[in-house]
Amino acid sequence: MKKTGAQILCESLIKEGVEVIFGILGGAVLPIYDTFPQYPQLRHILVRHEQGAAHAADGYARVTHKAGVCIATSGPGATNLVTGIACAYMDSAPMVAITGQVATPVIGKDAFQETDITGITIPITKHNYLVTDVAELAKTIKEAFHIAQTGRPGPVLIDIPRDVQQEQTDFVYPDKLDLPSYKVVSRGHPAQIKKAAKLINEAEQPVIIAGRGIIISQAYDEFKKFAEKAQLPVAHTLLGLGSFPGNHILDLGMLGMHGIACANMAVQNADLLIAIGMRFDDRATGNTREFAPNARVIHIDIDPAEIGKNILTEVPVVGDVKSVLTALNEEIERREHGDWLSQIEQWRHEYPSLEIRQSDELLPQYIIHQIYEATQGDALLVTGVGQNQMWAAQHFVYTKPNSLISAGGLGPMGFELPAAMGVKVGRPEEVVWCVAGDGGFQMTIQELATLTQENIAVKIAIMNNGYLGMVRQWQELFYGRRYVDTKLWNPDFVKIAEAYDIPGIRVKRREEVIPAIQKAMEYPGAFLIDFLIEPEENVYPIVPPGESLARFFEPSRPEVLGGKL
Amino acid sequence: MGGKLTNTKHTLVALVEDKPGVLNRITSLFRRRSFNIQSLAVGGSEHPGLSRMTIVAVGDSAQIEQVRKQLDKLINVIKVSDITEEDMVDRELALIKVKATASTRSEIMQIVGIFRANIVDVAPGSLTVEVTGDEDKVNSLLGLLSDFGVKELSRTGRIALTRGSSS
Repeated sequence: MKKTGAQILCESLIKEGVEVIFGILGGAVLPIYDTFPQYPQLRHILVRHEQGAAHAADGYARVTHKAGVCIATSGPGATNLVTGIACAYMDSAPMVAITGQVATPVIGKDAFQETDITGITIPITKHNYLVTDVAELAKTIKEAFHIAQTGRPGPVLIDIPRDVQQEQTDFVYPDKLDLPSYKVVSRGHPAQIKKAAKLINEAEQPVIIAGRGIIISQAYDEFKKFAEKAQLPVAHTLLGLGSFPGNHILDLGMLGMHGIACANMAVQNADLLIAIGMRFDDRATGNTREFAPNARVIHIDIDPAEIGKNILTEVPVVGDVKSVLTALNEEIERREHGDWLSQIEQWRHEYPSLEIRQSDELLPQYIIHQIYEATQGDALLVTGVGQNQMWAAQHFVYTKPNSLISAGGLGPMGFELPAAMGVKVGRPEEVVWCVAGDGGFQMTIQELATLTQENIAVKIAIMNNGYLGMVRQWQELFYGRRYVDTKLWNPDFVKIAEAYDIPGIRVKRREEVIPAIQKAMEYPGAFLIDFLIEPEENVYPIVPPGESLARFFEPSRPEVLGGKL
Repeated sequence: MGGKLTNTKHTLVALVEDKPGVLNRITSLFRRRSFNIQSLAVGGSEHPGLSRMTIVAVGDSAQIEQVRKQLDKLINVIKVSDITEEDMVDRELALIKVKATASTRSEIMQIVGIFRANIVDVAPGSLTVEVTGDEDKVNSLLGLLSDFGVKELSRTGRIALTRGSSS
């Protein structure tokens, strides 16, 4: 029986196990939307801006380990997806983005709402397609999901002209893939694994840098066994938080620009780094020339192009983290590393980065910590970008696997609300907290309407300091306190929430924090708390840009910034 | 970054799918990652539907390894290898339009003969020379002809294959 392109799309999505689509319609996707009522098993979530659709699909993907699907019309619909696609690309989240395109006869004629979205998204997708023949559609969708979800995951875009959505052909969903060039190495090379094990067995001051690859590979058990067997302390990249229990004795927390002092000190003094599923981002390494000067480096990653890209690697192991760690666990010896671990403990006491100062002010660190206390870590935290993100990374204890969802690579403000929406839709049984900044929150605030329309119970905590806070902090520390255009006039967020039929509460004082969090948790639906935090609170420690990780600044070490504070 | 940190010329050969937009994906990658490409030649291969691409890139060995790995990640790139260190045959074709007068024409023809190049067009004020060879050969001929005045020059860039029966 012949089916239209739109029907083929829907049936192929169902074959791929898709349950939810985030999108907004427009002229060039009308045939697809017209078909949706025939497929009630596909839940379409109508967002209010395409960026929201892409971030929601990204959030959904990160917690379900399945490709998130978003859909937008041609032209502006497609270009509005771009930030969300770029974000998923940087953070290796599987996504299939579907865009409508103008009809094939007018492609290239600058038709109304035409844009070359495949051209635009080449550098920010793992692959993309323009489907000009309906007979190619099913095969393309199969390939797209395979590419998006395997190896190092990433976004794939499929651009479908309107006439292709309407044309008919026989529908057969292919069993086999025809991708001769696409190879995924899953098992690490045995010789490399032996070499890595030898370095680990010989190391006196080893440190693991745990990245999101561990989470993507769902290698939590293998990783815990690995760290425990050889007593290897674990520092995390931002996105590696949630790969290892944050309350474990071997856990050091995040390293990098706003890394915990003991994590940075451990890395800088290590004789061996075991980098797992991470890519040596500059925010994690600081100045690469002075990074871990005495360390030999083992780098485990599924993407061979990450090996040697930023940091000289002595023993690369290309493969899936879970498979590589399983093999390594057989090869490594039990070790104690008593002296090294006590040295790290000493740093932890010497530089108590996580100590929240006693104050009557409403401190964001205290709020994040109270969200942790209230949930006992049994929650998924979705953050914005900037100070709120760093406080959330530092002061929540990520004891639950994959419990931090944050935009690490691209760093798009406004990620938090739509991503939290996607996370909650993907994991409805979990408590989902959206930690926002007052700046970023307004970049995607329109998705409050989606929360209400679709009954998505996200708890929103705005760290409202009336500033673009992280930029203000940089102006304070590195631009002579010249606060150029970082002060924000803000609307009344509680009234705004009420207008969207979401209850909210404003918190100005420390003693109101715990009751407010309780109230949010007890309320069955979405809830907003506008925390009016200390306006000029900074994120510490901070490694000044371009500096070595050892030169972290915190108020107890004024010498790093030449006494400036 | 390991290996040689001096900048050298590398020859990369890639087998790529002959589909719309593939060249764009490859050049977009070079631009985005700031890879320094000296020449790029593309045409048919022994496999129907696949093109062979020869890329001459300049960089240290770590940079070139990045080029190779990033190219290899492209879905439309079937295979890519750096054949610089291998035994290979490389050729380039150039068309050189050189100024020629009655008094210089025979001297030019003599040089062209020595290089086993061909004259493919003769006009009252010029000769067009076709030369095939490795880059050094083309450069030497060009050097000699430039004394007469080169009006136009078009070079294909390098194409290369490894020697022997292996593929």
